[in-house]
Amino acid sequence: MISVQACLDGILLGILFALIAYGMALQWGVMNIINIAQGDLVILGGYIAYFMYLYGIHPAWGVIVSPIIMFFVGIAIYKLVINKVVDRDLFISILATFGISILFMQLMNFAFGADVVLANSDYGTTMLFNNNVVLPNSKIFSAFISIVFAICLVIYMKKSKLGRAIRATAQNARAAKILGVDTEKVYAATFGINAALCGVAGALISITFTIHPYMGLPYTIRSFMIVIIAGLGNLPGVAMSGMGLGVFEEFADYILGTEFRIGSVFLLLVLILVYRRFKLSRKREYLK
Amino acid sequence: MKINKIIISFISAAVILLSTSVVSFAKVVGDKIVLGAAISLTGKYSSNGVHTQNGYNMAVDRINSMGGVKVGGKTYKFDIIYYDDESNPKRAAQLAERLISQDGVEFMLGPYSSGLTKAIAPVTEKYGVPMVEANGASRSLFTKGYKYLFAVLAPANLYLDVAIDLAVEKNNGKPVTVAMAFEQDAFSQDVRLGVLEAIKRTGSKQVIDDKLPKELNDMAATLVKVKQMKPDVLVVSGHTKGALTAIRQISEMKVDVPMLAMTHCDAAKLSKQHGKNSQYALCASQWHKTLTYKDDFFKDGMTYDADFTKEFGYAPPYQAAESSAALLVFKDAFERANSFDQKKVRDALAATNMQTFYGNIKFASGGQNVDKPMVLFQVMCDDGGKCENKVVAPTKWASAKLIHPIPSWSKR
Repeated sequence: MISVQACLDGILLGILFALIAYGMALQWGVMNIINIAQGDLVILGGYIAYFMYLYGIHPAWGVIVSPIIMFFVGIAIYKLVINKVVDRDLFISILATFGISILFMQLMNFAFGADVVLANSDYGTTMLFNNNVVLPNSKIFSAFISIVFAICLVIYMKKSKLGRAIRATAQNARAAKILGVDTEKVYAATFGINAALCGVAGALISITFTIHPYMGLPYTIRSFMIVIIAGLGNLPGVAMSGMGLGVFEEFADYILGTEFRIGSVFLLLVLILVYRRFKLSRKREYLK
Repeated sequence: MKINKIIISFISAAVILLSTSVVSFAKVVGDKIVLGAAISLTGKYSSNGVHTQNGYNMAVDRINSMGGVKVGGKTYKFDIIYYDDESNPKRAAQLAERLISQDGVEFMLGPYSSGLTKAIAPVTEKYGVPMVEANGASRSLFTKGYKYLFAVLAPANLYLDVAIDLAVEKNNGKPVTVAMAFEQDAFSQDVRLGVLEAIKRTGSKQVIDDKLPKELNDMAATLVKVKQMKPDVLVVSGHTKGALTAIRQISEMKVDVPMLAMTHCDAAKLSKQHGKNSQYALCASQWHKTLTYKDDFFKDGMTYDADFTKEFGYAPPYQAAESSAALLVFKDAFERANSFDQKKVRDALAATNMQTFYGNIKFASGGQNVDKPMVLFQVMCDDGGKCENKVVAPTKWASAKLIHPIPSWSKR
């Protein structure tokens, strides 16, 4: 029963990770930017839901409001910073997003304070298998919402004009530009969509876990890991490796002890990086 | 024209020189005793840093308005130079150096948290600057043989051992099984050591011993183990995020334990953030407003609570109360030393034996306060969902009776 519990916990958690990772994969694939500030965007999204909760609105509405606000935050970040570094090498973009990450942490600390906060959804609990397996409904809710958003995004990317433009730019930016795609607009939209996904995930995290201005980095690391396991532009892969990572974490926690939970994630990251270094050294390409 | 310029630059140079020389003798300027403090005003400790600063400020205002400090027949007033240590130990150590060697501060107040106090203590020790600190409880601070460090609070290993004793008492003196989940930081690990000692002393048994990561926001795996092992006591310490995460997941996963003991409940505003879900949690606290200690400046806990709330707009957590107490200790020591000589003040501090609204203060040779026990309060809610913290142990100060065992979730 314990392993069923750990598996289910891990899968529900992993679906949430996968959503964040999908945003990262999108951005990485389209612009070749590894966004270190990913986790901080998530936390900022969480604060939006938290403030709704403070003002008496149910935090679940955060999954609608937060992405809308975060979309514009994403576009603003793109216009202010990212479009100045998008044609530089990977190192510069990592540095730039690292800087954004620090800035966000400090700004959130300044604006919201350093208290650990959470938004209560009062969703209750689901008991399975004669009460031996317990699943908080908030976790089920966040997994469900994550799946809904992921599906919507896939459909959008397939059907809409902008979605097709984004995919075209990811495949070959030069050709896309020649064929009349406004790559600048595509880049901005991609960054906005990524931030919106982070907003959804953040709202869900504020409902299921806790948020704190300095808690972003573990989310960045996890999504980075999921993306390098799955590869870019591989949504089923992202979903699978997200759930895999969630289950791996729960089991590492259960078998090795909680102290090795994050450590085992890092260890796995190192192993996978060593294994996949060839795939990462693909040629970079960008167009302004 | 040229001569004018030369004269002006001479004068300004002299003024600058004079002003810096005044600053470098800043320990006592005119009728002011200048204390230095590096406080976390930004960074992850900033909320508790602000509580600390408010506590200091409140005591400074109170002492100054009630006649100040009398040394050598003259009356002095307290003043504090603050710097923001950004919750960063390295920065805190630099700022301590700066306060002492550039600003000429000769007496220091402590920062917030054990980690930062650990960073500052070697510096104050090196310069022989007496430091009274109110927010560093880690036991390792008091085993290094520091001579100039004095802590008004009880050391971390005494936070939760009371809970184990209480559980044994409720179990008719028979040993209990204990599940532990502690964050991996200096403070929580010291709390763990205290609990381990209590387990050994009472012949109890530990069944789970999890170390939680610093990025802790999910302890579901630990709680699954708790559900399996069914311990008599679950002990959790992981600062505010530990307390919040534990309550959230215990209530969501319907984990039934007869006793749940934690730290940092009031800093986490448990009853406000979690309402009735936090009910029955036992929390270790350095201070509670209902304790009956008294002094001349703040009268008692209730008055302190009311005055603090009036001035800062929120009820004082114990971090603020102990910070205020630090100033009372300094005042007392200055007056007994009747001098500003650092050695004499240090000796006077070491001989401190007084009562403040916060508790009795008497330092052991390691610098920790040995005259003030910790209290345990229990979160109790009425039917309307309004929750209050009530002291349940030690019995001397108990304002309510311990509810034990905690009713199971199915009956709540």
